[in-house]
Amino acid sequence: MEQSNSKQERNKRRISRRSFMAGIGAGTVCVAASGHLFAAGDSQAAEKVLESDEMSKIRLHINGRSHQLLVEPRWSLLYVLREKIGLTGSKEGCGRGECGACTVLIDGIPRYACLTLAVEAEGTEITTVEGLMDGEKLGTVQQAFVEEDAFQCGYCTPGQIMSVEGLLRKNPAPSVEEIRTAVSGNLCRCGAYTHIFKAAEKAAESRRK
Amino acid sequence: MADDQKSIYYTEGLPVPETPPPGEEPQPWEKTDVVGKPLPRVDAYERVSGTAVYPSDVVLPGMLYCAILRCPHPHARVKQVDTTAAEALPGVRAVIGPDTPEADLPWFFRDAKTALFPRTCRFEGEPVAAAAAETPYQAWDAAGAVQVDYEVMPYVADERRALESGSPRVHEGGNKLKTDTYSRGDVEKGFSEADVVLEQHYRTEAEVHTPLELHGCVANWDGDELTVWESTQGVYAVQSKIAGILGLPLSKVRVIGHYLGGGFGSKLRTSRYSIIAAVLARKTGRPVKAFVPREATYLTMGNRPPSNMTLKAGVKNDGTLTALKFSCLGTGGAYPAGGTSLVDWQIRELYLCPNVSTECTDVYINAGPARPFRAPGHPQCSWALEQMMDALAGAIKMDPVGLRLKNVPAYSQGRSGNPPYTTTGLSQCLSEGARKFGWEKARRRTAAKNPDSPIKRGVGMAASIWFVGGGGPPSTVIVKLFSDNSASLNMGASDIGTGTKTIMAMVAAEELGLEPEMIRIEHADTGTTQYATPSGGSKTVPTEAPAVRDAAIQVKRQLLKMAAEEMNLPVEDLRYRGEKIVSRSQPEKEIRITDIEGLQKRGVVMGVGHRGPNPENKTVNPFCVQFCEVEVDTNTGEMRILRFLSTNESGRVMNRLSFDSQVIGGVTMGIGLAATEMRILDTARTGKMVNRNWHDYKLPTSLDVPADIVSAPIEMPDAEANITGAKGLGEPVTIPTAAAVANAVYDATGMRILDSPINPLTLCSVLEQQNKEG
Repeated sequence: MEQSNSKQERNKRRISRRSFMAGIGAGTVCVAASGHLFAAGDSQAAEKVLESDEMSKIRLHINGRSHQLLVEPRWSLLYVLREKIGLTGSKEGCGRGECGACTVLIDGIPRYACLTLAVEAEGTEITTVEGLMDGEKLGTVQQAFVEEDAFQCGYCTPGQIMSVEGLLRKNPAPSVEEIRTAVSGNLCRCGAYTHIFKAAEKAAESRRK
Repeated sequence: MADDQKSIYYTEGLPVPETPPPGEEPQPWEKTDVVGKPLPRVDAYERVSGTAVYPSDVVLPGMLYCAILRCPHPHARVKQVDTTAAEALPGVRAVIGPDTPEADLPWFFRDAKTALFPRTCRFEGEPVAAAAAETPYQAWDAAGAVQVDYEVMPYVADERRALESGSPRVHEGGNKLKTDTYSRGDVEKGFSEADVVLEQHYRTEAEVHTPLELHGCVANWDGDELTVWESTQGVYAVQSKIAGILGLPLSKVRVIGHYLGGGFGSKLRTSRYSIIAAVLARKTGRPVKAFVPREATYLTMGNRPPSNMTLKAGVKNDGTLTALKFSCLGTGGAYPAGGTSLVDWQIRELYLCPNVSTECTDVYINAGPARPFRAPGHPQCSWALEQMMDALAGAIKMDPVGLRLKNVPAYSQGRSGNPPYTTTGLSQCLSEGARKFGWEKARRRTAAKNPDSPIKRGVGMAASIWFVGGGGPPSTVIVKLFSDNSASLNMGASDIGTGTKTIMAMVAAEELGLEPEMIRIEHADTGTTQYATPSGGSKTVPTEAPAVRDAAIQVKRQLLKMAAEEMNLPVEDLRYRGEKIVSRSQPEKEIRITDIEGLQKRGVVMGVGHRGPNPENKTVNPFCVQFCEVEVDTNTGEMRILRFLSTNESGRVMNRLSFDSQVIGGVTMGIGLAATEMRILDTARTGKMVNRNWHDYKLPTSLDVPADIVSAPIEMPDAEANITGAKGLGEPVTIPTAAAVANAVYDATGMRILDSPINPLTLCSVLEQQNKEG
């Protein structure tokens, strides 16, 4: 069980798949893994157990804007993004952390939104594919995907773009092998990988200019 | 693209093809200015920005979510369904099952009748009950709370045992669906004339499509009118199925499918969830979203059937094929679903051979029904035939490319009457592909193996034909030219990710002298767009593109007629020049399109285009040859694919960029058949599928494909095929891939991998066998 004693620490908290699984394992209604219910400095508060239809109020920071909403503790971040907030750029391919179509940046790191509970994401900075836009203008990675035709059906594309975006924020000049690894958690059934590698290289180049 | 758009509102100087007078057939373009270029997609912005609304993105006010409870057994009788507890759960608005009167509807797999919620479930995953609730979480709670009393029945899950006496029966009539046979010449005589005769058994495992977007829809009623947003390859196909099952007029069922996240054949047909969603939506008076969870798509949304093939082949020392004898046992699952469809086609068609016989037996097993999967039957057949060709070439010490070049047919041997191909680029694909790949040099290099190194390199190749790919009627397309000389294009076809919309915009742009960005596309909506057959069979471009061109020509003819009246000149004297119409005899006389009064008064000029007939007594087929190089670690059984080259003859290349995307996509998917994918049914203990997720059923990932996949088209505009000269591409490109890999592995290791997939497990067991045999 993760515990954090200050908001600052909580903000830095990395959401792990293990903590998500622990949350599920403790029963569908217990949000043991979630930081937001813990009163600062009081670990005893972790004992609180919610009923299945009990909603909790959370605040999510998405693409630079703050959203306050009521969620069930079991709702995934992906479900909230898509069905409650209307940010449908992040896609659901499997809902179980296999395909990466739901990849978003959480504090700058690519994460599967389907394996992240909405309550877990509180206090983090979430960036979706919509957040890479400057008004109607495409971000550099998006533009490179257009030019290199780095997709076919386009359904895995937002996730691929977010993985590349996460890579380039950390590594502005990646090798093809580093690009491969960065998108290896993003399945593309249309098989656009080789064009995705090119797009990532092109985006890296255009950002260096 | 944005900068380009600024300068293109009225195109200056873009040449426009001659407009044939009414009644005269247009000639294929001699040269093109837009068609063939590597243009980014017209809907690329929507797809990368997240603004494209896929059916799974649709959220309507008051929308409920559907969860379908599915039979956990491969064969079971549903004795009783109790929905009481489920109905009492929070947020649940309706629960339906076999006892719900409005859900008591028939369902069909081809001509076999069952029910929406069948009393006898013949495969794991058949729907047993369904719930609609305020959130998907609540809907799944409800589905899980439905109490079902099953009588579990014996099952058969291995097609190789389905015909054994005592095998459990999937249907009362037994497990054999049919045996198809074909023959020409005399195969026994052919074998007696051969210098070398080889016989081998091959098997390919079942593959599952798993497009990234889940199968599903949103259904909404307005009174007696039903609207369905469906993730589909063909909106009209879904419309007719839903209307038929629910007994509605076609006019009252609108199906919209502007985007879909992949289909590969699995979204050609309608599924029971669409009917369930419509029933739940009617019952609750609310829109209902029904998307099938990933695990259930593995069980119920189709597959490429497993194929158990035996091929015997005879060849003379000079490379002349004398006989091919092929048999296949396959299964489409629990219902008639094309378990052996087209699995013998390349045997019949690809190489010159006077004596051929095939026998294909399709049996039932208790598993999910097959659906067409990108080139049905063909990659399986290619796995057998192309490995056999490789072995024959080795036996007569001929180059594998040379053996194939020796046997290139100019006409269809498999069709009655032996119609010639309109065009065939098979020879060019073979020789040009070999040259571009550096085949001979690579063969020499891989032949010189270092016996001390466990790392072995090899190269392989394979060829193929796709049995259709020429498209054909019906297709109707409307092009509307607005008063400012921008246009919209209205067609019913889906763009399944292949770039259809972009290509159609390019065709209209070519003909009207506009930039493709000036053309808006309306498509894939039975309520507002024209009739189209589903996008599949590599026929969408050769079907729709000629209709688009025809519609654009109709627009031009009308404008020429208006201009003739307004300029007081004979229409024959006028030429359409994109931004203006000019006189041939008096070049100073011209009128801008936007100044044509008839256009300004009407607001739009509309051209209706149709797909003309295909050439008589000829057949239109695309061809593909692929080459690859692999590296095998004989210690670990790991195989790496280092590079691929695909050379495709698909008539005219319509958009070089999306052409190449389809090629690398087809190769990538073929690598899945070759090396990573197999459906595993627990045949001995439960009959259930045990790898129903992307962790255990492995698709090729970014780590499994070479960065070096070269698309090297052989461009041969096919003037006889249709007025655009294009043939299909999507399917041919995935047919020979797996066999090319298998042949490369043989070249590397000296071992034939006869059963797919070539993974470390199979490679190690074959290598171990090789060591034992010394």
